Amino acid sequence: MSTPAFVSVDDARDRLGATGYLASEDIATTAYLAAVLGRPLLVEGPAGVGKTALAGALAAATDSAMLRLQCYEGVDEARALYEWNHAKQLLRITAEQSGGWDDVRTDIFGEEFLLERPLLAAVRAQRPTVLLIDELDKADEELEGLLLELLSEFQITIPELGTIRAAHRPMVVVTSNASRELSEALRRRCLFLHIDYPDAELEQRIVKSHVPDLDDELAASLVRVIGALRGLDLRKAPSVAETVDWASTLVSLDADRLDPELVRRSLGVILKHRSDIELATTKLDLDRELAG
Amino acid sequence: MNSPAESSALPARFVALGKAMRAHGLAVGTSEITDAARVCRTLGFDDRRRLRAGIAAAVLRRADDRTVFDQLFDIYFPAAVGRRTDAVASLDELRERLTEALATADQRAAAEIAAATVELLGRVTDGDGWSAAQALDALAPQLLIAAAQNRARMTGAAGADSGSGGSGSGSSGAGGQSQRDGSGIPNERPAAPTSDDTSWAMNPWDVPDSRSEQLTDRIDRDEIRDRVAAFRRAVESETRRRNAEVRDRDRLARLAIPPSLQRRDFLTAGAGQLALMQRELDPLARKLAARLTSRERAGRSAIDVRRTLRASMSTGGVPIEPVYQRRAPHRPDLVLLADLSGSVGGFSSFTMLLMQALHQHFRRVRIFGFVSTTAEITDVVRELPPGASLTSWALGTPALIGRGTSSSYDWGLGTFARGHLAALGHRSTVLILGDARNNFGDPNTEALQQISRRARHTVWLNPEPAGMWDRGDSLARVYGRIVDMHECRNLEQLRDFVAQLLPVH
Repeated sequence: MSTPAFVSVDDARDRLGATGYLASEDIATTAYLAAVLGRPLLVEGPAGVGKTALAGALAAATDSAMLRLQCYEGVDEARALYEWNHAKQLLRITAEQSGGWDDVRTDIFGEEFLLERPLLAAVRAQRPTVLLIDELDKADEELEGLLLELLSEFQITIPELGTIRAAHRPMVVVTSNASRELSEALRRRCLFLHIDYPDAELEQRIVKSHVPDLDDELAASLVRVIGALRGLDLRKAPSVAETVDWASTLVSLDADRLDPELVRRSLGVILKHRSDIELATTKLDLDRELAG
Repeated sequence: MNSPAESSALPARFVALGKAMRAHGLAVGTSEITDAARVCRTLGFDDRRRLRAGIAAAVLRRADDRTVFDQLFDIYFPAAVGRRTDAVASLDELRERLTEALATADQRAAAEIAAATVELLGRVTDGDGWSAAQALDALAPQLLIAAAQNRARMTGAAGADSGSGGSGSGSSGAGGQSQRDGSGIPNERPAAPTSDDTSWAMNPWDVPDSRSEQLTDRIDRDEIRDRVAAFRRAVESETRRRNAEVRDRDRLARLAIPPSLQRRDFLTAGAGQLALMQRELDPLARKLAARLTSRERAGRSAIDVRRTLRASMSTGGVPIEPVYQRRAPHRPDLVLLADLSGSVGGFSSFTMLLMQALHQHFRRVRIFGFVSTTAEITDVVRELPPGASLTSWALGTPALIGRGTSSSYDWGLGTFARGHLAALGHRSTVLILGDARNNFGDPNTEALQQISRRARHTVWLNPEPAGMWDRGDSLARVYGRIVDMHECRNLEQLRDFVAQLLPVH
């Protein structure tokens, strides 16, 4: 195994920060451990808190290539791992009609006819790699079975070629929105990280780093309002991504403080259901102007 | 590692932690414990917060288990030994300091106050040990919310507009209102009471502000309430830490921590727990759907060209064996009939969650609810936010309370059998959710028999402990003779039901 990507938790946090990803203590610690112990990382949490972004930041911070497998219902071996280039194989067979059987038999399952998909590419990569397996919960359970060998041994077995072992152990990040329960076998192979909404102080820094023009006081109120909305019983609670969107909306509207009219007009940026908007309007009493 | 003594005891400490987690229903294997020890060696003991995060990453498999883990971690890896505060304050001083900490959201101060609170108020009078409940009762932090809110606004005013000075008396409100706000927003607020001598009689939150209202003022009460909740948790964890020194650690780990989600009663579950249950229910609903799915359909589907070609590689590109497309499994009908009356209030929120979870996994779910008469509520369930309480809604819906607002299984089952029997077919599974408490009315077993004859299966889930069945007005045994009735009080039992008891086909 090559040298670890990070030398300490502080190093992990600083280098992630340098790529624009402000990590909480929990995130920095777990990312550091994943790098040092060489374990895959299973990241769960609400949508929009930066699960996928973490993989990108890890790649940038460790100067690695990034490979991504986006999962969806029906993603299979051929999309995830490898596929034989059938057309090319057929061409080879027809081109070799005069040739000997032995030539063709050995040749058509050579590397030349192999189409790499993300998992195989990660194993065969010649330089450090971050492999992101995004939204694994959307894929069928068979795919998890396929991943087990990769996640525990960092190798892949192709019947016709044999077992391929990773030269550079890739850093694997698996994300899930918990729309379905992942198998115990898969969970056991990973370090587990639950990313929740950041605390107010961190969220304020995240917003400021994305929207530098934002006034400090406005940023503070913004984050407080978002925090209060998350406490409500909403169908889709606003996430960090929405906070940032809202901040840039307010900046583009030249706002210097939150007033009910302004919030009412821009609520659609953070809330995506009509019932949620109604609930927030009641909670924040937006139909009444500020007193005084 | 800090000291040799600590490191030698460490493996035992990890094993004990693992054992305690298992006792709380968390699946922790040997490999996880080994991982935790490796994490510990990598991180060292310098930063407790990171150590906690690192061990959590190694041993936990799902976010819901984090609360139980945090409490156990405090017991096995205490933050400090002995008392953490030197100056033992008086009760009034604690209240004063806590009010300040709540107003300014000062977490470190709150933690110190929690330690001092346990020290001063938590000691059990006879015998050794500490009690969080006793300390919190004596301190009554919830009474400080209003004062803290008031103080937060005052200090906020002092920071925001430096001129006003932010004195808290009632009279400065009127003066303050006139001096600011040139934007021309009409002042809709009724004039504040201005006589000075009434201010002492007012609720603290009614005191007019000495500055203009800000939008965030509308939420600061909730924020302070959250801080009080966090303070309570701090007191509880400090109590556990102190108790761990004087009592048996393992016994404490077993008894002093509330049961995990799996074993908590549906009937008494609060809103926060229901939100957690929701995530647990979804995979269960999926399993339920899978168990009920029949695989008996034959017949061929279209050819899968890619896989046929792939298979033909072994015969040199000649497709000898065609591969057919996989067919989506057939999904059965599910009909839910739920008691929505007040007596099963807590259960009905769970019912709602279960119904919504099932909705995603069955192609055809029809949901009926009743208090005293039955109506279809499929669309309502789909529209409502997850975890919303159906009870209050049901008690205001005429179609469900045609015979009064107390539950009637007689009329509930009867109106279903008369009006909605067409919803059932030979592929339907009927799931009845309710406590079978009929307020001493007629059982109307004929209606239930009609339902169970027409459906393929009828299963009853009862949220009451089986020991309570047939006491009072419960008709559990009467109905239980006609259909399968299962006790289903918590997630563990629901899981058992789905995995083992559910009849298949």
